[in-house]
Amino acid sequence: MIVIVDYGVGNLRSIQNMLARAGHEATIAGDVAAIRAATKLILPGVGHFRYGMEALRANGAADALTEQVIGRGVPILGICLGAQLLGRRSDEGDVAGLGWVPMDVVAFDRARLRPTDKVPHMGWTDTEVTPGGLFEGLEPRARFYYVHSFHFRCDDPALVISTAWHGYPIASGIHHRNIFGVQFHPEKSHRFGQQVLRNFAAMERAAIDALSGARPQAEAAR
Amino acid sequence: MSRVRVIPVLLLADGGMVKTMQFAKPRYLGDPINAVKIYNEKMVDELVLLDIEATRRGRIDFEWIEDIVSEAFMPVAYGGGIRTTAQCQELFRRGVEKIVVNTAANDRPELIEEAAQRFGSQSIVVSIDARRNLWGKSRAYVNGGKQDTGTSPVEWSRKACALGAGEILLTSIAHEGTFKGYDIDLLREVSAAVEVPVVANGGAGSIDHFVHAVVDGGCSAVAAGSMFVFAGKGEGVLITYPSERELDEQLWKRVVQ
Repeated sequence: MIVIVDYGVGNLRSIQNMLARAGHEATIAGDVAAIRAATKLILPGVGHFRYGMEALRANGAADALTEQVIGRGVPILGICLGAQLLGRRSDEGDVAGLGWVPMDVVAFDRARLRPTDKVPHMGWTDTEVTPGGLFEGLEPRARFYYVHSFHFRCDDPALVISTAWHGYPIASGIHHRNIFGVQFHPEKSHRFGQQVLRNFAAMERAAIDALSGARPQAEAAR
Repeated sequence: MSRVRVIPVLLLADGGMVKTMQFAKPRYLGDPINAVKIYNEKMVDELVLLDIEATRRGRIDFEWIEDIVSEAFMPVAYGGGIRTTAQCQELFRRGVEKIVVNTAANDRPELIEEAAQRFGSQSIVVSIDARRNLWGKSRAYVNGGKQDTGTSPVEWSRKACALGAGEILLTSIAHEGTFKGYDIDLLREVSAAVEVPVVANGGAGSIDHFVHAVVDGGCSAVAAGSMFVFAGKGEGVLITYPSERELDEQLWKRVVQ
């Protein structure tokens, strides 16, 4: 069962509804037992990094997730703040992230933004995606809906699987072993987002391992 | 090509979806969730929900909004009865992407400033309902178009932007629901006065009207109600939206900005 991790940050029903539309059932749950029973995990979230991390730690969800994702290789997809939490740290709040992906979360570099590039970056944005995997079946330039003030900065560019342009190119999708993260909101991105959720839901463990194997640079960076 | 946003505005009242003409005679259309599901199929970029009874009732139906938003696979803006940042917070928590303020922001403009500082200008839309008085002067109205603020839409939009509004939803009361096209003069005056995106609303009946709003009215996005819920003027309910191809050929290719 796919479990959408509920840790008190926002409405998760549109993710569940979008998955249902893509033909996949998912439950919304935040308790340790449900996380331990999951075969796949979705970590959503909106809001402040520190608040999100504290909420995740508060009820033991963070430990249960670590046990599943790191200990047992259960695939996970982070969305928006949920994806940022996969990194080591963020410019937003001095609290450690889950630290599973070698990346930091940084504020937009305002010196590189034009006056028309607002922060938060909000709206539909053309996104260049790496074919296959999470983006199987999508055109190389897909449209996704974004709302964020901070973005991923990966140690190794090979972890980046999608890029959006907001003043400058920003990493908007990442893949590291069994861990995926997207900065955009697939549940608010029509058929583009639906395809991403469908791909994640349908992906076999062996296929994920194969994808990771196809990233020698990423392996070397560990 | 410039991808101008084309936004359906759904009016809510007493548990259903309605449509008005010139802010009067609300006609019951059905369940908004059914409309949202159709707009999902049509791949609508963005939706605006306005509860036209909420201010009068003094209550926001959060549960209902959450139910509607949960079915929407596109970003949703909600307006109606918002008076505090705590209410904004609650709406964001329930899955709304933008909040729309009107009457309360006029009563207490600091609401715009507080909300913009807390949630970012990008998620704060100020809705301005305009009507011309006997002397042809445009005035901003509040309380569902019933009360004259004595302020011009230009003046009010400038002030709202100075306080942090990220977008202006500009509606002509006289044109609303008529299918005769937008009040282009009104659009032009306001879009020339502010830096933020101005969304044209009130009167759209065809894609040509969208083109006018952008080319002649200077708007960056267009909204419509009746055009997306009726088969035509005086005709039956039909939840509809132009195809991507129609928008591309009849709108986006014609509004090179």
